[in-house]
Amino acid sequence: MVKHKGIEVTIRLDNPVSLDVEFKVSDKELVALVGPSGGGKSTILRAIAGFEKPIAGKISVGAQQWFDSQQKLFVQPRHRRVGMVFQSYALFPHLSALENVLEAISERPKKADRIELANEYLARVNLKGLGKRRPDQMSGGQQQRVAVARALARKPDVLLLDEPFSAVDKVTRIRLQRELVDLRSDLSIPIILVTHDIEEAARLADRIAVLHEGRILQMATHEVLSKSPVNTDVARLVGIRNIFNSRVARIDNEQHSLELQWGNSLLEMPYRNGLAIDQTVTWCIPSDGIVVHRRNRPSRGEHENPVFGTVNEVFHFGQTTELTIEVDDPDAHPLHCSVPTHVAERNEIGVGADLGVSLKADMIHIMDSADS
Amino acid sequence: MDWGAFNLSLQLAFYTVLLLMPIAMLTARWLVIQPARRKAIIEALLTIPLILPPTVMGFFLLVSMNDTHALGKIWRSLFDESLVFSFEGLLLASIIVNIPFAIQPALRAFESIGSDMREAAATCGMSRWRTFRRIEFPLAWSGILTGGVLTFAHTLGEFGVVLMVGGNIPGETRTISIAIYDQVQSFDNASAGLMAGVLLAISVFAISITFLLTRKPLIRIRA
Repeated sequence: MVKHKGIEVTIRLDNPVSLDVEFKVSDKELVALVGPSGGGKSTILRAIAGFEKPIAGKISVGAQQWFDSQQKLFVQPRHRRVGMVFQSYALFPHLSALENVLEAISERPKKADRIELANEYLARVNLKGLGKRRPDQMSGGQQQRVAVARALARKPDVLLLDEPFSAVDKVTRIRLQRELVDLRSDLSIPIILVTHDIEEAARLADRIAVLHEGRILQMATHEVLSKSPVNTDVARLVGIRNIFNSRVARIDNEQHSLELQWGNSLLEMPYRNGLAIDQTVTWCIPSDGIVVHRRNRPSRGEHENPVFGTVNEVFHFGQTTELTIEVDDPDAHPLHCSVPTHVAERNEIGVGADLGVSLKADMIHIMDSADS
Repeated sequence: MDWGAFNLSLQLAFYTVLLLMPIAMLTARWLVIQPARRKAIIEALLTIPLILPPTVMGFFLLVSMNDTHALGKIWRSLFDESLVFSFEGLLLASIIVNIPFAIQPALRAFESIGSDMREAAATCGMSRWRTFRRIEFPLAWSGILTGGVLTFAHTLGEFGVVLMVGGNIPGETRTISIAIYDQVQSFDNASAGLMAGVLLAISVFAISITFLLTRKPLIRIRA
């Protein structure tokens, strides 16, 4: 039995999209590729499966080489053990669910054994007893499960999921995502998930690769991405809206801290190497790094980087209320934060209200600018 | 009723379908995965028999089948007989004339199968032949069948090319449509009407069978 050591991908491609990426995914690890449309997410999966031939690079899974441009090695797609769930599912419409799964089973010579195995795969994705149904007789969620069962039946060395949850409603999507998490515990292969939904990636993936115009900008856990994006592109892609420019006002090497002059506020934050006084930096803070002050009585946390402004937008999204606060920013960008709706109501936070917030020092992150 | 001509027409249509359809099916399948420009050029060339007047097409075929030209020469060297005014020559002409009728529906059917089907088959580890047999053929069969029926019906009714290449030799090259023309020339409208009626009935039957069989877009093939 082959002992896997993950997948290593280095590919350069000009068509259909420009792509220059390098990454590794370990066994049992799930990596999500996220980024805007046309960034090359699906093309990476297609190159791994062998449907696109890179102009240069290497693709290896464990000890197997699937592609090596220097050795002129290109293993045909049908000889790569790839389990792929297509965005369209690509189920064979004239075959039943069982027959779809059977097509991917090759290792057992007896038909009865193959059928038994195919039924096991269907049971594994909660489709027991539905093997005789054709795809057009199944719901979107059931079709997706057949596609997963078929991908697993191939006994793949790598599992590729190309936006597998995009064609189902939200309730089904959450159920299918739970099933994937459950299924993962039995799999010892690398899994690569393509999604445009950062929240989906955060829920499912061990690491997230942020892809933009054919390049991986940053590959890290969601926590690292949302606290320390490398540049403004990543910050925007992971949903951070609070991105500002400020001047470095003070650097204290002894206290290991520095201060940024942001409008009329001085923001204290942990020390960072390589900065100079008066240098302009781009920094960000996720909305959970902003604490809204109580309006009726002060609390202790208000001493940390207090900033004051006027609420100019209030959006109630069920249990959460999102606020846009006009602050003294040189570029006139507002500050975005959210509070529980009951807090907003109790503090009578409405449009036009004066409001103080605290920016948590350890959540302020200085980035490279997007263009650098 | 000229049963000899009727029988010859059926034979010609049957052999045309038998020989042309496998070629048409494989050509259509090959064409569908070709780059767009190459596909467009080849498709245009294969459609020429449809747009050329039958007499012009018949003239080209007649000349190329002549013993003084390559095709006729090769045929004579192999079988020691003339290709022109023979059933074999007629069959060859019929196959060439029917290429667009056979290929176009099959091509459209293969085109309607998304590339993700072939890719899904590849990720299942299926060979090209197995993918064709298990996936592509069952999904494209209605188009292939339509091509076959159109070819059959068109061969029964072909007049211009048949007359140019085969002439009007009873039992050898005289088909039902030429027999109808002869009957009308000799003012035997009753016989001509009967034969035309038979031809009409066969055509309607063939087309009805096609619509009936292809009403469901997909065929079920057991695992």
